[in-house]
Amino acid sequence: MLWIGTRKGIFTLRPDGARSAWTLDGPQFLGHIAHHVVADPRDGASVLAAMRAGHLGPTVMRSTDGGRTWAEASRPPAFRTGEPLARTLGKVFWLTPGHTNRPGQWFAGGSPQGLFVTDDGGDTWSPVDGWNDHEMWTTWCEWPEQQTPDGSMLHSVNVDPRDPRHLYLGLSGGGVFETTDGGTEWAPLNLGVYAPFLPDPDCPYGHDPHCVRLHPRQPDRLYQQNHCGIYRIDRPEDRWTRIGDNMPSDVGDIGFPIELHPADPDTVWVFPMDGTDVWPRTSPDGRPAVFRSRDAGASWTRCDAGLPERGWFTVKRQAMTTDQHAESVGVYVGTTSGELWASLDEGDHWTCLAAHLPEIYSVEWAEPA
Amino acid sequence: MKVHIPTPLRSYTGGVADVDASGATLADLLADLDRQFPGMRFRMVDEQGALRTHMKIFVNKESVRDLQTEIAATDLVVLMQALSGG
Repeated sequence: MLWIGTRKGIFTLRPDGARSAWTLDGPQFLGHIAHHVVADPRDGASVLAAMRAGHLGPTVMRSTDGGRTWAEASRPPAFRTGEPLARTLGKVFWLTPGHTNRPGQWFAGGSPQGLFVTDDGGDTWSPVDGWNDHEMWTTWCEWPEQQTPDGSMLHSVNVDPRDPRHLYLGLSGGGVFETTDGGTEWAPLNLGVYAPFLPDPDCPYGHDPHCVRLHPRQPDRLYQQNHCGIYRIDRPEDRWTRIGDNMPSDVGDIGFPIELHPADPDTVWVFPMDGTDVWPRTSPDGRPAVFRSRDAGASWTRCDAGLPERGWFTVKRQAMTTDQHAESVGVYVGTTSGELWASLDEGDHWTCLAAHLPEIYSVEWAEPA
Repeated sequence: MKVHIPTPLRSYTGGVADVDASGATLADLLADLDRQFPGMRFRMVDEQGALRTHMKIFVNKESVRDLQTEIAATDLVVLMQALSGG
């Protein structure tokens, strides 16, 4: 099933066994902003939602019964009271389940760019001091906040399935960072990423990854959709390769989401957008299309059969996901215009599963319990 | 004292608009509300102790932002929110 976080609440789409009929339910929390709604693949029943209500402080709602009932975190993510920078959390923007061997552990990224952790399934959260109080935090992060359109944010927390202490995260803006000791020490990982907006384009940080994904079957491989292109890295390399150079030149390689095939580390999907002029953030020439690579970014195929010939929406960084179908992975895209598009053949053909929803912020797949 | 709860926060009070709470200061009052309705305070007050931007507290029809303001049992406290935005 799909968990859909929107500007006006949470919706779900549940497929039948053949994925041919879908049932839309919701909204839950009507009027509340759902930045990210994520089910826990480790237990099949828990769901966390990063919530805000315009004028109320940020919080996390949690369900342990697949979304039938919800309870608010008794201690939501927050910076420490009385801390020297006097930071206050504006929103919880990103949620990532922790390592398989650490049931109940989740990470949350915020705006300002704080990192928070829970070890009890989202009920009580603590700051990750190694990140939030790192001596370089004010240099790496946008601080004081620069009032970018949706604020600075910490996103794309990726946990290495081989080692719960090995994490990557993304900052918009700020770059990609890595820890190998569970979050005490951090290092930037941005070499090779184009950043013409920086005074020193070779600076090791200050970049703007929009979405970073680690492949679960090949955890040394990461992809990122950056403000300035599409990249791949295969660790222990420390330099990203711009695989977006292989995109058609009239489309370019700017966008927000990037999604990986759950079983094939060479297959990846992106949703390019117009990054020219004032950054309309709509599809280039208003012609929506997913682009797919089957060869780790060496070549790309336009996948637009069934999508509108013209459309003027944006797909946000959390609004693209895949299912786990063994034979033909489903790819799902949510738009700012409130449509949910699906391809059940890995991008070849697209159908609209839902329309007239509020602006979609996130789409995440959960295997039916 | 009586405290009027705005609609965005009534999910915490079970839909009740007017509740009883006590405290010598507004900070104490909000702490008491949080004891009765867990989670409510953090939606109104950030982790550094400041009233969130769009929250307003009226004590006997006077807007007050200093949470150390002393209050009396006979005061009427009204919590309000600006509902701007789309």
